[in-house]
Amino acid sequence: MSDWNLSVTRRGLLTSSAAVLSIAPAIRARAASQSSAGATTLPVTFEVNGQERMLRLDPRTTLLDALREHLKLTGTKKGCDHGQCGACTVIVNGERINSCLSLAVQHAGDQVTTIEGLGTPDDLHPLQEAFIEHDGYQCGYCTPGQICSAVAMLGEIERGIPSHVTGDLSKAVSATNMEVRERMSGNICRCGAYSNIAAAIADVAEG
Amino acid sequence: MKYEAPVGKTIFDDAKIVGKSTRRIDGPLKTSGMAPYAYERHDVASGQVYGYIVGSAIAKGRIASMDLEEARSAPGVLAVIAATETDPLGSSNFNTAPLFGGPEITHYHQAIACVVAETFEQARAAAALIRTTYDRDEGEYSLSRTVEQAASDTSKIVSENVVRNGDFESAFAAAAVQIDQTYTTPDESHAMMEPFATIAAWEGDKLTLWTSNQMIAWGRAAMASILRMPKENIRLDSPYLGGGFGGKLWVRVDAVLAALAAKAAGRPVKIMMQRALTYNNATHRHATIQRVRIGADKNGKIAAIAHECWSGNLTGGMDENGAAQTRALYAGPDNLTASYLTELDLPEANAMRAPGEAPGHLAIEVAMDELAEQLGMDPIELRILNEPETLPSNPSIKFSDRHLVECLRVGAESFGWANRKSRPGTVREGRWMVGMGVAAGYRGALIMKSGARVSIDARGKISVETDMTDIGTGSYTIIAQTAAECMGVALEDVSVDLGDSRSPVSAGSGGQWGAASSTAGVYAACVELRRMVTEKFGYDPETASFADGMVRDANVVRALSEAGPLSAEDTMTYGDFQKEYDMGTYASHFAEVAVDAYTGEVRIRRMLAVCDAGRILNPLTARSQVIGAMVMAAGAALTEELAVDKRFGFFVNHDMAGYEVPVHADIGQQSVIFLDTLDGVIAPLKAKGVGELGICGPGAAIANAIYNATGVRVRDYPITVDKLIAEMPDVA
Ligand code: FES
Ligand code: FES
Repeated sequence: MSDWNLSVTRRGLLTSSAAVLSIAPAIRARAASQSSAGATTLPVTFEVNGQERMLRLDPRTTLLDALREHLKLTGTKKGCDHGQCGACTVIVNGERINSCLSLAVQHAGDQVTTIEGLGTPDDLHPLQEAFIEHDGYQCGYCTPGQICSAVAMLGEIERGIPSHVTGDLSKAVSATNMEVRERMSGNICRCGAYSNIAAAIADVAEG
Repeated sequence: MKYEAPVGKTIFDDAKIVGKSTRRIDGPLKTSGMAPYAYERHDVASGQVYGYIVGSAIAKGRIASMDLEEARSAPGVLAVIAATETDPLGSSNFNTAPLFGGPEITHYHQAIACVVAETFEQARAAAALIRTTYDRDEGEYSLSRTVEQAASDTSKIVSENVVRNGDFESAFAAAAVQIDQTYTTPDESHAMMEPFATIAAWEGDKLTLWTSNQMIAWGRAAMASILRMPKENIRLDSPYLGGGFGGKLWVRVDAVLAALAAKAAGRPVKIMMQRALTYNNATHRHATIQRVRIGADKNGKIAAIAHECWSGNLTGGMDENGAAQTRALYAGPDNLTASYLTELDLPEANAMRAPGEAPGHLAIEVAMDELAEQLGMDPIELRILNEPETLPSNPSIKFSDRHLVECLRVGAESFGWANRKSRPGTVREGRWMVGMGVAAGYRGALIMKSGARVSIDARGKISVETDMTDIGTGSYTIIAQTAAECMGVALEDVSVDLGDSRSPVSAGSGGQWGAASSTAGVYAACVELRRMVTEKFGYDPETASFADGMVRDANVVRALSEAGPLSAEDTMTYGDFQKEYDMGTYASHFAEVAVDAYTGEVRIRRMLAVCDAGRILNPLTARSQVIGAMVMAAGAALTEELAVDKRFGFFVNHDMAGYEVPVHADIGQQSVIFLDTLDGVIAPLKAKGVGELGICGPGAAIANAIYNATGVRVRDYPITVDKLIAEMPDVA
């Protein structure tokens, strides 16, 4: 445990026991340092939307805040900061995650895709187009999370990963309305655009 | 411009753009993550630092001591603002509970401190180092208790709003068929996805707030009175909001603390209220207890109808008038509608989407279902039989334009109502008990004065500036449609700038008045701009036409761009003639549910809304408003409830896991039909709002469908499994 005796505070480590396990290699590998404001920072390098990004971060910084506050990629939203709403969904190494629930320093070497990496106003991803076409949003605050989640979710169906509502596990899974609704249920939309989101996803799933 | 009388034909009656399904002009920004919400303005005010709010751990009493030293010396901390070191701030007309300052605590999670640090992590860590002790007072946290007490002690009723016609009591007593039931609805939370958030920056004595607020002019006035400074020195900017539903009608403590903290730290400060604080710190919808009595003859003709609603709030707060729609819905010469307010020490209750009417329909529209069953009548026919000629609560008032009967008939046809079995509990599909329900919907159509500035540049492009907000309602798009139609240009040639207090004051977003009011204001400014263009060209303003970027008069034609740059500002106001009318919006709502015979789990299979709301400015986004409201109504019917801790006086389930709003899997097929109606009384575009109409009725339709499926009538919302299962028929 002596490696742990850096200036990582006990409070920081207690945030999540799961985080403690995966944080270890990153901390051992690199020296912590003090910033001018007296904060302990650690370096971390990961790829965001195809670009390598190197940051020095307070180890308590979530991936969500690293994106929003440090890289100024504010397309990823904070709705709850507690893994309860899905607004912060990004795609890490092909899997969708709630970026508020993991620390940025856990992601050394990872490939992160955010809404900004899927498409831009002049060059929209087909799902972004479909959301506009079907009016799959209202306030727009859950929207980047819905879209990132949907992109990865369609990948899960393609890979044959079953869900709670999958009837026959021996058959190929398909993107039925109920499968999509079930799998998207971690992304809350208080504006209630669910039916339109489902229509937008169906459009893209059908190709 | 003043709207003095109902209009005849207008340019909107031959519209090419207004009234057509139109994709949101802000869509590419929202879907690509480029639309900037309040907390995301890295582009404004350099050197931003972070504020973190500390909430009170008691509901009532005062702070005895606060130890701030450890927090102040924590790494990165720039300032700590504490209630004990701040004099109570000014009050505003827009808040009941004081937002900040002084040791008195009036509700749980009231803000008591704000820590400002270089980083969010430092501010959060330092906030946890503040040690506070309290002197706790006893409080009253039970609505059922205050209402019980009020039965014998009328002083417990702190305000009442009673409307009587005729002699309800005698007519009810004499009625052949009677319904007398009590319904309860719980406290609810707006739970909008974007928490309250503000960035504040000072430049000398001038304050700018990049914030998330539905009502810019109200917010500016409130900040001026809270901070006791001239409103001319305050700017609010709120171009995008991540939802509001009434929760962001008023400035909240994020804005106040950001302003104080920015002053204390000498740096711009950004604060997003932590999600866990939002439920108790900010406002919520009141719980209600509602008694409905209806007396009818054997044929279903209503003779007497009474709807009384009790709610509770902090001292000086407003009521939740669940009886409001009953003043307009059904004929019945002897009627009584009343809202009574008692005092509670829970957090401040205030407007949430269709205040009054949303919970009100959960009572009256179930009572109508109960009456229909007692009469052995179809619930749609019962409603149609009791359609009033004029406003039942004040028969001298006419309806401006009302097609409720058509809503019911069209809905019945489209939904397949004829297939409904009137005897409950008779349709079974495997483990599922299936039923259908219907409800009528009424929500007042409010209209507010609203202003805008419309400009033409030298390229003939149009820009619109107004402090109107788009809270997901589609304001950007309908305003662009209106300006494009009036000025005769393509939608792509219009840009819209919203939410900035430097722009003309608009109606803002609330009470479903936004669409009708803000487009009327844009129309007024366009009329003035057209007049200026014709004057510049020497054309006759009466005969000149604007189309395809050109202005024509008799045999002459010039490009609109030749008139630019040119700018006009105006505000639409309304004459007293509207007082002769009840301006309302109407709907029929249908639901089909399946209830698991073994577990009592309710699944919504289908929902339909048929809406009568005048001209639908943009059917695409209006439909979204309605389906979104139906989702929120489903939450109110089935899952949403702020659970009150009646010992300590707070909402226990104050996060997004505990306060259950509907998710994707909860919602089945949704359909919306808009009747093709026009209301010339309300405004020149003849349009009314739909955003609140959509939440008035679907919950009752679901409750009635559950009864039709199971034969179980649950009158205490939400209709959760525990309440259903005890009454469900035995599974064979
Ligand atoms: S912000 Fe991460 S789940 Fe809500
Ligand atoms: S669009 Fe507003 S929360 Fe989904």
